[in-house]
Amino acid sequence: MKDNILVIHPRDNVAVALRTLAAGEQATGKGTAGFPALEEIPASHKIALRDISAGEEIIKYGETIAVSTRDIKKGGWVHTHNLESRRWKK
Amino acid sequence: MNEITGYERETGSFGIRNHVLVLPTVSCVNGVINRISREVPEAVCITHAHGCGRGGPRDLQILFRILSGLVHNPNVAAAVIVGLGCEVSNTKNLFPLIKEAKKPVEIFNVQEDGGSLQTAKKGAAAARRLLAEVRTQPRVALPWDKVLVSMECGGSDAMSGVTANVAMGALSDWLVGKGATVIFGENTEMIGTAHVLARRAKNEQVAREIEQMIDRAEKLSKDIMGNLASLVISPGNMDGGMSTIAEKSMGCIFKGGTSTINQVVDYGEMPKERGLILQDGPGYDGDSMAGLAASGSQLMFFSTGRGTPAGFPALPVIKVASNSRIYEAMKDDMDINAGSLVEGKPLAELRAEMIDLMIRVINGEKTKTEANGMEVLTFMTVHPPF
Repeated sequence: MKDNILVIHPRDNVAVALRTLAAGEQATGKGTAGFPALEEIPASHKIALRDISAGEEIIKYGETIAVSTRDIKKGGWVHTHNLESRRWKK
Repeated sequence: MNEITGYERETGSFGIRNHVLVLPTVSCVNGVINRISREVPEAVCITHAHGCGRGGPRDLQILFRILSGLVHNPNVAAAVIVGLGCEVSNTKNLFPLIKEAKKPVEIFNVQEDGGSLQTAKKGAAAARRLLAEVRTQPRVALPWDKVLVSMECGGSDAMSGVTANVAMGALSDWLVGKGATVIFGENTEMIGTAHVLARRAKNEQVAREIEQMIDRAEKLSKDIMGNLASLVISPGNMDGGMSTIAEKSMGCIFKGGTSTINQVVDYGEMPKERGLILQDGPGYDGDSMAGLAASGSQLMFFSTGRGTPAGFPALPVIKVASNSRIYEAMKDDMDINAGSLVEGKPLAELRAEMIDLMIRVINGEKTKTEANGMEVLTFMTVHPPF
């Protein structure tokens, strides 16, 4: 089966959807065992690679890009509704 | 298989092209350059909009550094310089900086050489002479530690930081591993990543220079754009899946890979260190390319998602499309399709493809921008003209 997510760095706890994933669709990518998307993940948006607790760092490119504001389940959509920027809070 | 060749210069640098550059000191003589270009199409004839009318020390520093830096660029074997006579960057002022490149240079001035038509005639004859002179220079083995590759992104889309810049980052790490030098600029697209880049600095001093560079870029953006500065992470970016400024900038800086940062150079300044180098230059593609070329880069990778055809004079530019749609839509302009990652091509395979193309380009194969003649020269200024 073709990869539909991309894990950029081994430390990352989110991956990038290479196309829009439907809720329930199996997410597959190099370095991950397949797991289902819990909700629709729009193309080029982020999907959680594991359970992420509220207040935990969101890691992409091997670096902290944000902090989660609530618990996020593996396979969940990770975006502005459940994270916040560490800087430039406006 | 990884063998590369180039043209050795007297100063010890190596070009991957053997161009004769025809350069005006000031925009007033652009017409002369255009005439020479029609007569001697094999020469690299460049026009630009600068050379006079700005007096601040920073603008003068940039003007002289870029003009002389283009002559110094290792891909230039010889140069014809056409001046006017009364301009700020006149040939007398420029000559001491150009002389250091130790290349055959012929200089003309329209006010002393009989006006525009006569100067064009003399310039064209000189260009033909120099072309004949450099034509016999053989290619020799080029050591990787003499290679300086620049990484640029422009006309970016949401996939640029996911496909093209990631692939270019993997290539950057490979190049640094080979002993080559990789340079990238665009300080506005580093905002939010100071902590990441500074941590990778080779020492405290470089770390401080990185932080100061990004602070200045952030402050300048806010001074110029006011509240609009927050638009560096725009609703369009968010629709595209980017959640924070740090995430957006990470996508940009990833094109330089993950190596230790050995030096921060000023706009158009030549690095003294090898490995990964940052340039304190602007985000605007055209201006950024000039700074990277003047720093001595012989080859550039340029990622684009919206699709820009722009290349740079005397510098082979390899265009990396971030998505298959733009690769297909602008096929004549794109060299690599990083959108293939989305179709399941492994990153290692794409990188191998890029290395293979890079080696062919170093050894003489033309990039799309070279073949199409899409070169453009524009460079940064600080103040408006008076």
